[in-house]
Amino acid sequence: MTALPADTPRKLGLVIDLDICVGCHACVVSCKEWNSQGHGAPLVDTDAYGAAPEGTFLNRVHSYEVVPQDGPAQLVHFPRSCLHCENAPCVTVCPTGASYKRAEDGIVLVNEDACIGCGLCAWACPYGARELDGVERVMKKCTLCIDRIHNETLPEPDRVPACVRSCPTGARHFGDFADPESHVSRLVAERGGYDLMPGMGTKPVNKYLPPRPKDRPLLAAPAEEVAGDAVGFLGWLDRALARL
Amino acid sequence: MSAEPILNLSPRVSDEIRRTTCYMCACRCGIDVHMKDGAVRHIEGNRDHPVNRGVLCAKGSAGVMQHLSPARLRAPLRRVGPRGSGEFEEISWEEALETAVSWLRPLRETAPERFAFFTGRDQSQSFTGWWAQAFGTPNWAAHGGFCSVNMAAAGVYTMGGSFWEFGQPDWERTKLLLIFGVAEDHDSNPIKIGIGKLKSRGARVIGVNPVRTGYNAVADDWLGITPGTDGLLILALVHELLRTGRIDLDYLSRWTDAGFLVDEAEGAGHGLILRDGEGRPLVIDRRTGQPAPWDVPGVRPDLAATHQGARTVMQHLAERYLRPEHAPEAVAGRCGIAAERIRALAAELARVAFDEAITLDQPWTDFRGERHATMTGRPVAVHAMRGISAHSNGFQTCRALHMLQILLGSVEVPGGFRFKPPYPKPATAHPRPHGDARPGQPLDGPHLGYPQGPADLLVDADGNPKRIDKAFSWENPLSAHGLMQMVIPNAHAGDPYPIDTLMLYMANMAWNSSMNTGAVIGMLTETGADGEYVIPRIICADAYASETVAYADLVLPDTTYLERHDCISLLDRPICEADALADAIRWPVVGPERPGHAGVRPFQSVLLELGHRLGLPGMVAEGGGPAYRDYADYMVRHERRPGIGPLAGWRGDGSESGRGAPNPGQLARYVENGGFWHEDIPVAARFFKPWNAEYQDWAVARGLCDAPQPYAFSLYLEPLRRFQLAAEGHGDRQPPDHLRDRIIQAFDPLPIWYPPFEETRIDPAGYPLHAVTQRPMAMYHSWGSQNVWLRQIHGQNPLYLPGEVWEAQGFAPGDWAYVTSAHGRIRVPVARMDALNPHTVWTWNAIGKRRGAWALSPDAPEAVRGFLLNHLIGELLPGQDGGRIANADPVTGQAAWFDLRVRVEKAPPAVASEPALPPMASPVGQGPETVRFGGEGR
Repeated sequence: MTALPADTPRKLGLVIDLDICVGCHACVVSCKEWNSQGHGAPLVDTDAYGAAPEGTFLNRVHSYEVVPQDGPAQLVHFPRSCLHCENAPCVTVCPTGASYKRAEDGIVLVNEDACIGCGLCAWACPYGARELDGVERVMKKCTLCIDRIHNETLPEPDRVPACVRSCPTGARHFGDFADPESHVSRLVAERGGYDLMPGMGTKPVNKYLPPRPKDRPLLAAPAEEVAGDAVGFLGWLDRALARL
Repeated sequence: MSAEPILNLSPRVSDEIRRTTCYMCACRCGIDVHMKDGAVRHIEGNRDHPVNRGVLCAKGSAGVMQHLSPARLRAPLRRVGPRGSGEFEEISWEEALETAVSWLRPLRETAPERFAFFTGRDQSQSFTGWWAQAFGTPNWAAHGGFCSVNMAAAGVYTMGGSFWEFGQPDWERTKLLLIFGVAEDHDSNPIKIGIGKLKSRGARVIGVNPVRTGYNAVADDWLGITPGTDGLLILALVHELLRTGRIDLDYLSRWTDAGFLVDEAEGAGHGLILRDGEGRPLVIDRRTGQPAPWDVPGVRPDLAATHQGARTVMQHLAERYLRPEHAPEAVAGRCGIAAERIRALAAELARVAFDEAITLDQPWTDFRGERHATMTGRPVAVHAMRGISAHSNGFQTCRALHMLQILLGSVEVPGGFRFKPPYPKPATAHPRPHGDARPGQPLDGPHLGYPQGPADLLVDADGNPKRIDKAFSWENPLSAHGLMQMVIPNAHAGDPYPIDTLMLYMANMAWNSSMNTGAVIGMLTETGADGEYVIPRIICADAYASETVAYADLVLPDTTYLERHDCISLLDRPICEADALADAIRWPVVGPERPGHAGVRPFQSVLLELGHRLGLPGMVAEGGGPAYRDYADYMVRHERRPGIGPLAGWRGDGSESGRGAPNPGQLARYVENGGFWHEDIPVAARFFKPWNAEYQDWAVARGLCDAPQPYAFSLYLEPLRRFQLAAEGHGDRQPPDHLRDRIIQAFDPLPIWYPPFEETRIDPAGYPLHAVTQRPMAMYHSWGSQNVWLRQIHGQNPLYLPGEVWEAQGFAPGDWAYVTSAHGRIRVPVARMDALNPHTVWTWNAIGKRRGAWALSPDAPEAVRGFLLNHLIGELLPGQDGGRIANADPVTGQAAWFDLRVRVEKAPPAVASEPALPPMASPVGQGPETVRFGGEGR
C-alpha cells in the first residue's frame, strides 16, 4: 500500500470541453508522440504493421451515441486519460510505492524503477486510464506532461501538456484547480464542470464541461408573409426599394 | 510515505527547431520540427503560422511515422512481373530517367496527346501544369474532378471564389454557422479552431448532413438530410426568404446581377443579359428610370424594373422560387426534414442576418467611387464541402447555396463568408481552357479554365473531345478541374482516342481514388491482340508503395514531405487568410537517406531534369544545360510574368512583396521566418473585396491581377444560358443530339434541383438506401495507413447502418452484410448508428487496403476487414446501352460518388470483406514487428 498526500497546495489538471470536442484525435497522437520520448519508457507499438497492432496510449478518444427521448440521436466524443484523483485508488493499491501522487502539485505518476508491472493499479482505476506497456513491462499513464509543464528550457506558452498545445478546437485547458481564480476553476464554475463517476469517491482533479443542449427550438419567431407569388413580390419589391 | 523520486523536469527537448510546412493533408499548417542528434524527434504546430496558429491535428503529430514509414520507396523501379504483381527490380536514376525520356521523346515529336499526365493530391499544380503545357499534351489535370470541382466551379462562376482554401467564415464575428455536407475538409485545423472559437462565445452551429459525426456532432442543431436533396432544402429556404421579404435588397442591387435585365425576345439572344455597346450589363437606374450600365457612378439599379419586355434577374428569381413546388411542405418528405423545421431555419437565418447585423466603423470606397462611412455585416456564415458537391446535381446545388448566401447579403461582409486572396477573382478573369496539341510544340495555352460559352469548348470540328478525360466537351462543358477519374477508363476504351504513356503522381488510381476499382484494375492489366497492355506504358511517381505503384512499369520514387522543397504558391493554392496575403515553402529539414539503395528524389526536380533532357521550352538554359538546378532553384528564379514568381515574399532586394525581381536570398528569408511569408491586407480593404477600390488597387500592387477587376455576383449564370441556347439549336457550335435535352435541363441559368442521375436510371425500390463515405479527421488525405499510430485509430471500417435498417433485418454486433448496387456487390462488416439519416448507410473513406500494399502484412485489418465502397460505384452512368457518359455532374464532370443507391442484406458469418483481391508483392518488404520510437539509446 502506498500513501497519498493529505492535501496538495496545487491541483494541476485538465478541464475538457465536451461541447467542442470534435473527436479528431489530435490530443491522442500528440500525447503519443511527446510521451514516446518523454518521461519514462517509450510507448511501444507491437505488431506495428501487422494484423493486430497494439500500442500504448496515455490518452484515447471514445465516441458514444446518445439517443434522447425527444430528439435526434447525438454523438459525444469523450477523451479519456488519467484524472489525477485526489483519492487515487491506483496509488493506494500499489504494492511497491511505484505509483504516487506528487505532494507539490498533485500529479499522479509512476516511478518506473520501482514498478514491477503487476497491473494492480490498472485494475483499481475505475476510469481505465492506465496501460501496461507490452514491451517495456512498466505501467504507463498520463504524466500531465510533467517534463513540459515545469520545463524551463521551453518557452513559457509551451509549458502545457502536449494535448493542450495541439488541441485544434481549444477543448482542453490546463491549470491549477486549487486556485479558485484560475482559468480552469472559472470554466468549471461557469459551465457546470463535473467529476467523472463521483460516486467512486476518487475525487478526480480533471473535470469535464458538458455539451450544451442540442436541437433546441430556433430563436426566430415565424416571419410574416410579404408575398405569396411573383406578382405580390413585385409590388413589395417596388415599395421596399423606395425605402432604401 | 517514501520520498518521491527526483525528476529531471527540464530535459532538453531538441537540439534545433526547423520550421516547415506540413503535408499530412491539404491544410498546409506550419510545423516546428524538433531535431535531436540529426534525426526528427518531435513535430508540433508553429504558433506564428497563419493557418494553424500553433495547433496540430492527429495526422500532423503522426507525421514522424509517415516520414519513417517502412512503405517508403527507396530506388527507381522497373517492373519485372506482370502489372499488379508488385514484382520490380531496382534500377539507377540514370536508367530511370533515360527510360522515361525514351518513351516520351517520340510522343512529343509525333503526337503529344498520347502522353497523359495526371496528379493527385500534389500541391504543385501550377508547376506540373506548366511542365505539361511545355510538353504539349492537352492531357493534364489534378484530382479536382473526383474531389469537389462542383464546389469550386459553382463558387467561382457565381461569386468569384469558393470555399476551402479560397474562402472562410468570418470566424471572429459570425453568429451563426451553417455547414452543409462537411465531414473533414482541406481547411482542417482552421475549421476546428473556428468552430471551437465561435461555439465558445455562444454562436450557433447548424449542421446539415446525413451523418452526425465530427463537426456535425458538436453542431447545436443537426438536420439529417437525405443525400442528394440539399438543393431542394436550400431552394425551400430561398422560397421562405422571398415569401417573407427577408433579403438584402441594398446589397443585391449594388453588388450583384439582381438588377440586370434579361433579354426575353425570341432568338439567339433569348435569356442573355442586355448589354450596352461596350458589353456592359444594363440596369434601369431608379433615379432616372432609364437604362444605364451597372457600374457607373451613382447608379441605383431598380430590381423591380421592366424594360421593353425585359425583366430583371430579381424578378426571374422571385418568380421561380416563389412557386409552390419550392415551398417547405413540397420538399420536406424528400429531404427528410419537417416543413416547420425548414421554415424555422429560414427565419433564424434571416433573424441573425438582419436583426443581429454588425456594423464596423470602417470607412471605405467602392469601385463606383462612392464613399461608405461603415461596413454592415450579416453575421451568417456558410461552409460546404463534398457532401453536396459529389452528386450529379452538385453544381446546381452549390450554386443554390451561394444564391442563399447572396440573398442574405452575407458574402464578403463582416460576420459572413470571406474570400482569401488571390480571391475574389471572377470566372471571366480566369483563363479559358486550351487543348490544341501540335507535334514538337508546347500547348497553345494553359490546360484548365472557365469556359464562358460553347466557343471555349475543347472539341474538334466534329464535336469530339480533344482531351482524354473529355473535359470541356459537351458531356461536361465546365469541367474546370478535368475528370481524372475517367482517364484510365477512357484510355482503355480508346474513347476519344488511345494513349501511349500515362504518368501519375500522388494518385491512387488503382485503388481508392477510382470509381469501379475492380474494373479499373482490369483495364490496367488488359492486353490487346498483340499481347501488349492496352494502356502500353505507365509511369508512377510516389513516395510510398501504394496499390497504384504495383501497376506501374516505371516507378520514380519521391521523397517524404520533410525531405523536399515545395512552394505553396499564390499561383496555385496558397495559405492566405481573409485578412492576409501569405504563401509558404517546404524545405528539406532532413536529407533523403535510403542507405543501400539508389535513393529517392523530389519529383518536381525530376520533372525539371526530364524537361531538360527532352528539350522542353523554359527548361533548357542558353548553353544547353538545365535552366533550373532543381525545384528550389525554380521556386526562386522562375517568373510566370515579369516580376511574378512562385513565391511572393522577399522579392527583389528582399523588401518587395508580390512583384519584384527574383531574389537569390529568398528561400533563406522564408526559412528564417518559419517557412512562410505573410502580409496583412490594409484594414479598409478587408471586406467587400470584389467592389472595394482599395482592395482592388492593393491586389494589383501585389501582382494578384494586373488591373482592378470589380464584378457583380452572378445569381443568373449567363454562360449556362449560352450552352442552353446551343442545345436549343442556336449558333454554329452544336452539341450532339443525344445531349441536347440534358444540357437544356442541367444548364439552367438560375439554380435548380433535379434528382441525382443514378436513381432515375435504376429501379430505386430495389436499392432503397443511399450510401456515402466520410473522411475521418485522423486520416483525411493521409490515406497511407502504414502510419503505425493512425492505423490504430482507423484500422478498419464497418458499414454503419441506421437503427431502422438494423432492427428490421435483425442485425447483431459482429454481423456481416452484402451490399448491392446496380453495379456490383460487396461483403462488409456492419455496425449500428442512430445519429444517421434513416435511408442512408455510410463508412469511412479509404481505410481499406489491398493485401500486400503499404508494407502492411497481408492479414492487416485494413486488407481483411476494411473495404472500399468504390467497387459499387460505376464510372459510367447506368443503363446506357454501350454509351460512355461519365457518372458525373453534367455541368462540371464532378464524380457523382454520393449518388450511389444500395440494398443491404444480412450475410452469413464471415471473416473477410469481399471482393478479396489477390495479394501483391511488396517492393519494400514488410514493416517491422515492433516500433519503439524514442526508445533508441535508452
